[in-house]
Order: sequence, then structure tokens, then C-alpha cells
Amino acid sequence: MGGVRQKDKLAREVKSGMLETTPIWCRHHILDLDDFTPAEIELVLETTDAMKEVLSRSIKKVPTLRGKTVITLFNESSTRTRSSFELAAKNLSADVINLSAQASSAVKGESLVDTLRTFEALGADIVVMRHSHSGAPYIAARHMQANMINAGDGWHAHPTQALLDLYTIREHKISIKGLKVTIIGDIKHSRVARSNIWGLTAMGAEVSVCCPFTLLPAGLDIVGHHFPRVHIEPEIELALRGADVVMTLRLQHERQQSGLLPSIREYVKLYQLTEARLAQAKADAIVLHPGPVNEDIEISLAVAQGPKSVINEQITNGVAVRMALLYLLAGGNRR
Amino acid sequence: MIRPLLIKGGRIISPIQGVDETNDLIISDGKILELSNGQAGLSSSDYDVLNAEGLIVCPGFIDFHCHLREPGFEEKETISSGNQAAARGGFTTICCMPNTSPPLDNRAAIDYIKKVAATEGVIRTLPIGCISRGREGKELAEMGELVQAGAIAFSDDGQPLRNSRLMRQAMEYSLAFSLPIIDHCEDTTLSEDGLMNEGIIATRLGLCGIPAAAEESIVARDLALAHLTGAQLHIAHITTEGSVELIRRAKEKGVRVTTEVTPHHLTLTEEKVIGYDTNAKVNPPLRTRRDIIALVQGLKEGVIDIIATDHAPHTENDKLSEFATAPFGISGLETALGSLMSLVHAGELTLAILIAKLTSEPAKIIGNKYGKLGTLGVDTSAEVTIFDPNKEWIVDTSDFASKGKNTPLNGKKLKGKVMATIYQGKLVYKDSSITLKGEQRKA
Amino acid sequence: MANKVIMTAADIRRTLARIAHEIIESHKSTEHLILIGMRTRGVPLAKRLAANIERFEGALIPVGALDFSLYRDDLFSLDLQPIVKSTDIPIGVSDRVIVLVDDVLYTGRSARAAMDALIDLGRPQAIQLAVLIDRGHRELPIRADYIGKNMPSARDEEIQVHLKEVDGTDEVAIIFRPPVKEENHGGS
Repeated sequence: MGGVRQKDKLAREVKSGMLETTPIWCRHHILDLDDFTPAEIELVLETTDAMKEVLSRSIKKVPTLRGKTVITLFNESSTRTRSSFELAAKNLSADVINLSAQASSAVKGESLVDTLRTFEALGADIVVMRHSHSGAPYIAARHMQANMINAGDGWHAHPTQALLDLYTIREHKISIKGLKVTIIGDIKHSRVARSNIWGLTAMGAEVSVCCPFTLLPAGLDIVGHHFPRVHIEPEIELALRGADVVMTLRLQHERQQSGLLPSIREYVKLYQLTEARLAQAKADAIVLHPGPVNEDIEISLAVAQGPKSVINEQITNGVAVRMALLYLLAGGNRR
Repeated sequence: MIRPLLIKGGRIISPIQGVDETNDLIISDGKILELSNGQAGLSSSDYDVLNAEGLIVCPGFIDFHCHLREPGFEEKETISSGNQAAARGGFTTICCMPNTSPPLDNRAAIDYIKKVAATEGVIRTLPIGCISRGREGKELAEMGELVQAGAIAFSDDGQPLRNSRLMRQAMEYSLAFSLPIIDHCEDTTLSEDGLMNEGIIATRLGLCGIPAAAEESIVARDLALAHLTGAQLHIAHITTEGSVELIRRAKEKGVRVTTEVTPHHLTLTEEKVIGYDTNAKVNPPLRTRRDIIALVQGLKEGVIDIIATDHAPHTENDKLSEFATAPFGISGLETALGSLMSLVHAGELTLAILIAKLTSEPAKIIGNKYGKLGTLGVDTSAEVTIFDPNKEWIVDTSDFASKGKNTPLNGKKLKGKVMATIYQGKLVYKDSSITLKGEQRKA
Repeated sequence: MANKVIMTAADIRRTLARIAHEIIESHKSTEHLILIGMRTRGVPLAKRLAANIERFEGALIPVGALDFSLYRDDLFSLDLQPIVKSTDIPIGVSDRVIVLVDDVLYTGRSARAAMDALIDLGRPQAIQLAVLIDRGHRELPIRADYIGKNMPSARDEEIQVHLKEVDGTDEVAIIFRPPVKEENHGGS
């Protein structure tokens, strides 16, 4: 089925109500979820279904991205996300090169932009970047022809994590619209929280955040158009009441050192997700965590390994979502 | 021998003289000759004519706060390139901050500035000396020597003077010299790691914020110390509604304080950072619309005395990095008038007030040490700025004389442009559309 | 744009009945048979064929849906990225006789991609191809085992298949379209 017929197919699919807009996907980079339409998110989730089916086969490989080169550039260590991307790319038959920025641009003299231009010259088609500074992928993307996927930048965004979280939630809850989602943890420094807030509100969920006030970012209480509306509830029991989905965030030990918390002990006392507290949520609530889990800190071991936890599914879904994103980015002739 | 210059038919606005009228201005021998209608008095000499019809003619702008980077950071700017940039921006006097390397905390350093300015500059460059030795904030610099060398004020700008006791001592010590202590008000423990204004935009972008309180708490401290000591305090680049209010009340109480605001803080908000444009990264940061409203009001009331650019050039390479690691600063000399005119065109500020804040008011703070500045008085040094209040132009940093191309206004259309700048009777800048007509009286 | 209807609903019904009979005839036993529709319109066609076979022979043939987008050879030259739907085959493909079903056979590239997809899923005993329309212009050595209608066409014509399950009506029409810029692979 060729180009024109494919277009017609899509056009007809639109008319028959299967898709909301065409063309849905015209993205060259995936930097943040803040400008994804619900239709785009739907497309990603649908494509993830297909990728998940590939992952269920005995040969978990398709030739789709054969001949394409994916370079991962991480200047923050992360075995989980990096290997998830690597697997995703390899499952699509792409060639993968993994680089840690310590080896290159961290040393003054070669700037981030220089490093990326070098990759392009070497033939990189897609760059997957994790960087400790917010906004780094944006600067890079402005100077690159290759596609850029943000694998997490500073406190700002982690779009692939949010998409896999949305996918996981949808597998259990069918529809995200109207769900009550409570996010507990260090919202201020969390790119996972930010991207999830964008994604969940775009899909019609109601989001509450629960954390100590020193870990709450500025301006959330003011209603405006720069950030989605979230409900702030500092008391964990109230925040969990009636929740369909509970998301716990990893607590970094540095937060106590920089004076934002009196002690980890106090945080655990006030904000740890325990079975007793989880009981405040709906009976069929699910628990997510972006990993790696600090057991018995932000979440009790019992909950992390309990029946409501979908943490392991998140990991599996992560590979599928990233395959979907690589596929959607790499194809098409829109340079 | 420069021929006399007749600036013909412009609208002359000189706030210090209370003049606002269409008239001719004649410059001869580096001085203002007379304001007259019709130049019958010159009938027997040769002179050049600059047609200023439709243009504003005012005293040369004075920038009380800019960074020339020389010595030590010549890749970012030099006294020469900074002077050229100033001339293009309509400035005939600029005051350079001492955060150079080595810093301007001794006679030799001040002499260096003066020497280079004399040989390579095209306008007047006045040095500001350090408050503390090495700008380290620990011990006082030898202010007396700096004054004698020619400093017009003291500042550790770039850094706040954190030690309150030292600030008090600096203020008291300065009383002997009748020169202002300029403070960059910032509580660095509150602004630590901060990259932009603290607020919802910083939250959205995942950037560490600098709260308004970081500025206001030190403004309050400095005002209390100025009240205590009776010293002359000048607060650099204020940016918040709270700072305006603090200074308003202090002035009402009789505290000897003056303050300044930059063109970018009057016209740009924190929204400029969206997209992580490092050219919008500046300290103190761009704030909110509400702050801008308070700052403009402060200007109108006289709570804010002057406008100063805080021109902070950086190399393109410096700014081409992650937002967190890029240096703070906006290159502002060449866009100052154009961006400020947006306030005039919006009816928020009159031309008279704008020109006063750029001429007569800074002249008051500098005093007469270097002659009568900010005036078109007869027999004063001919330092004149001629601008077209309505000319539309697109900012193109490749045209900048400054080495610093770091402005968030690149590509933006501005309405209001400097057409010519005259320093000591010499035309140091003219727009390509300006031609001088030489009128030979002899055959 | 001149439209010409080349198959009406009744024509389609009769053709599908004939193809079902042909499939039954060419297999000694329907035991290992599976019909796999190529997304999108191959799927309802496969379902109808299975229903016909059940009606004529009483045999229940499993039906699957195959999305072969990930195996296409033109992904990087298309303007729009094809939407990938899932592949849904209720039983394994190994040791089975697969009849791939599609609406139009054109260049043969889709059938090639579909075969690669099937072979990654297992080792079928045999793969056959059933199409409603064969419009010629093959670019690969592919042929259909069961053909509804041969419809030689020009490259600037388009064969449009409408099926009730997807488009609301049953109809096959020829539409004249001026040539488009991108690679036109046409049907299977």
C-alpha cells in the first residue's frame, strides 16, 4: 500500500472516527510532553500496543530501523533508562552507540553543541540524550538535523517516562479521563512529576501533589496558562483519599543535606507510602514509581512488592514505548 | 579643525534646561554655540548642516552602569569596542564597572582605564572603583586613592557586598568623598544556583529560581545602613515591585539614595526565558509584568532616578551552552533607546522623562567633576544625541559594534533609533541615512 | 476525476464466494489452514472468506490480522508515518498453511513485507496469497494464488476498495489521479 493510498487510508480513518486529527505526528524531536495533543499521545500509546506485541514474540526483532544509527548520550548515570533505550533501538534493528558525556563534552573545550555536531557528521540519525541541566536538549536540538529524544533533562522533563506511565495506567484503567492521580514526593526537583502532570492533564486526569512545602515548586497555587492546574494537598492521607493512581517519586538524599528537609526520618514518617495509607485510596488503585526504588524510604517494601504495584510493568512498557517513539520519529520524510 | 555644525530644525529636548522646542543647534569648536532660530549669526563661516527635521535633539546619553571587560576579558569587549557600541547607542558618557581582571581597586588600574580610553575611546569613559580590595568583600579598598585617580563612584558590582558591617564601614568612609556607594543587591544564599526569576515559568522550565526577596532583603539592608550613616547610596539595577516600594519609603524618610533600572527590566519579562534562550539569562533576572508596571511607575514618580544599561557583553561561545552554565548578561548599549521607546509609544512614559533619566539625572549623580554633563547649555562641551523616535528597524547583532551579541532582541523590530551622536563637537556615530551638507559660503 | 465502478456489492459477494471455493478445492484438508488479513482491508476480507468457508464446508478456519508496517521498505521516503496497529494471530503460524488476504495486489512490496513479518513469527508450512483485485505493475516476483478480478490499470489510476466494515459500503472503483511525488507502491 503506497504513499497516496496510505494518505487516503489515514484520511478515511479520520472520517470514520478512528483518529482525531491528521497528520497527527509531525514531530522532529521529543523534548517534553508540554505540547503533545491528546491525539498524539493516543497515537504513541496505540503504537506501543503494536510494539508490545512484538516484544511478546520469540523473535523480538523487526527490521524497521535497519541501517539507522541511534546514539545515546548520558551525562548522568542511569542503567535503567539507558538500557531501555538501547533494547528498544536494537529491537528495531538499529545500530546503537552508547556514550557517557564524561568522556567528551564535560571537559571544557568541546561544547555540547560541538559534540552533537560530531555525532551528526558520524551519521547519527537519532540522539537520545540525558543531561543534568534543564534545557540542554533544546539547545542541542536547535543545532542538529538528527532527531533528538530527551531521556531526562535536569528537573525539567522526562517525556518517555511519562508516556510509559500513561501506557501502564491505561492498561489497568482503560481510560485516563477523570482519573484521580496523586503524586507524592519531591515535585520541585522531579522531571518525572512535571512530564506526568502535562501528560495526565492533557488526557483529562485530575492531579494532586503531596509533599513538604520545601519540595513544592513555586507558582503552582496560581492559576495560569504556563503550567497545568494541580491540586496541592500536603497531608498524605487526604491526598490519597479516593485516588485511582498513586505515583511515588524517588527521594534524593541530597535534599536533606541542602536543608530542604530536617531529616530523611521525618520524611519517611510523614510521606512514606505504606499499606495503611494506601488503603485511603480506591480499592483498585495502582501504584507507580519511576525507579529505582528507595525501599522503605518513599515507599514501603510491602507496597513496592505488593499486589497494587505495577512498577515492574512500567519497566517492560518502557521498552515498548521507546520502540514506538523511535519508530514514529525515524520514519517519514519530513526533513 | 572640525567645521562648525548646524543641526537644523530638530525638536530640542533638554530637561536640565527645561527646553522642549523646535530649533536649530549650532556646534563650534567642540562646544555648543547657541540655540537660535535662523543662523544669521554665522553667515560668514563655513559650516556643515545636519537636517534634523522630525528628529529629537538632546544631550548625549549617560550610562551610569556598564561593563567594558577590559582589562582581563578582552574577548568579550574592550574599551574601544565598548565605546563604539556606546556611540551607536547615543551615549556620550559611560561609567564602567570595576569587575575586570585585575579589578579597579588601585590607582594604576584606574589610570590604565583612563589611558586606554583617551587613546582608543571615542566618547567619555568614567571609571568606577571597587568598594573592597580585590572585590573580595573583606577589606576596604583605598577609596581615597581611587577618588584622586578619578573614580566617580564605588562598587563591587557583579557581586553584592555581603558583609553588612563592611558595607556600613564603606558607607561611613565614603562620606569624606561625597561619592556614591553602588550596591548590587542580592542575597547570594537566597539566589544560590538560581538561574531566572522564581515563579511558575521557572517551575515549568525546571530551572532554579531567584526570588524577589533575594534583591529586596539587601535593598532593605542597604537603605537601613544609608539611613544610619547618612551616606550616599546608589542601588544598582532594581527589578521588583518590592524594591520600588522600599526605596519610595526610604526617600520619603530622607535617606540619600538614588537608584537605576535597565531597559531590559523595563520591557522584558521572565517569559523571554521560555525555550531556554541564554540571551535572556541575566542577573538580576527578568521578572514579571507586575514588576514592570511598578518600575515604570517608579520612574515616573522619580523613585527611580535614572536608566542605566548594565551592558554585559559575552562571547557567542560563552552563551552557546546549557542554560545552567551560560554566563549572565545582556549586551544592551545599542538597543537601549529602541527598546525604551516602546514605553513612549505605548504612552507609559513621556519623551521628556525618558531623556531626563538618560541625561540630566545621571549627570546629577556624577556631579561636575568632569564638567557639566547632560546639558545643551551654551559653551558646554558639545555632547549631543540625535534620534528618530519613529524609525523602525530590525535588531541585527552582526551590525553591533559591541563584541557582545548576546541580546534576546536579535531579529526584533524596534521603533526609535539613534541617528547621530556627537561628542565634544565630533560626530562619533551617524546612521547611514544621515548626510551632512557642507555649505560653502565662499565661491 | 473520473470514477468508474468496476465491482458492485453483489460482484464482491460473488467473487468472495468463488475464492472461498477455490481455497477449499486446493487444500486436501482445511486442518492446518489459517487466513491472515493484511491490515487494513485485508482483515474484513479474510473474515468474510472464513465465514464463507464455514458456510460451504462446515470448517472453522482461524482468522488473524497482520500489521506489516514495521517491515515496509519505504518507511523513510513516505511523507506520513504509517500508523502501526497490532498484529493479532490467535494461534501460532508454525507448520500452518497461511493464506494471506489483501484487497489489492499491485507492486508486490506489501506482500513481501507481510511474508517477512510472518516468517519472523514462526515457520509456516506454506504461504499463499488471495487478493480481491490484481492490478498488475509488479515490481517484485510475487504472484497471487487466488484472484478475485484482474484489473490492468495505468499508474496514474487508483483502485479504491470500499468495504462495509471499514468504509460503510461495498464497492470497487477506478479513480484517475495525476501522478504524485512520493513513491507509489499501490497495493500488495
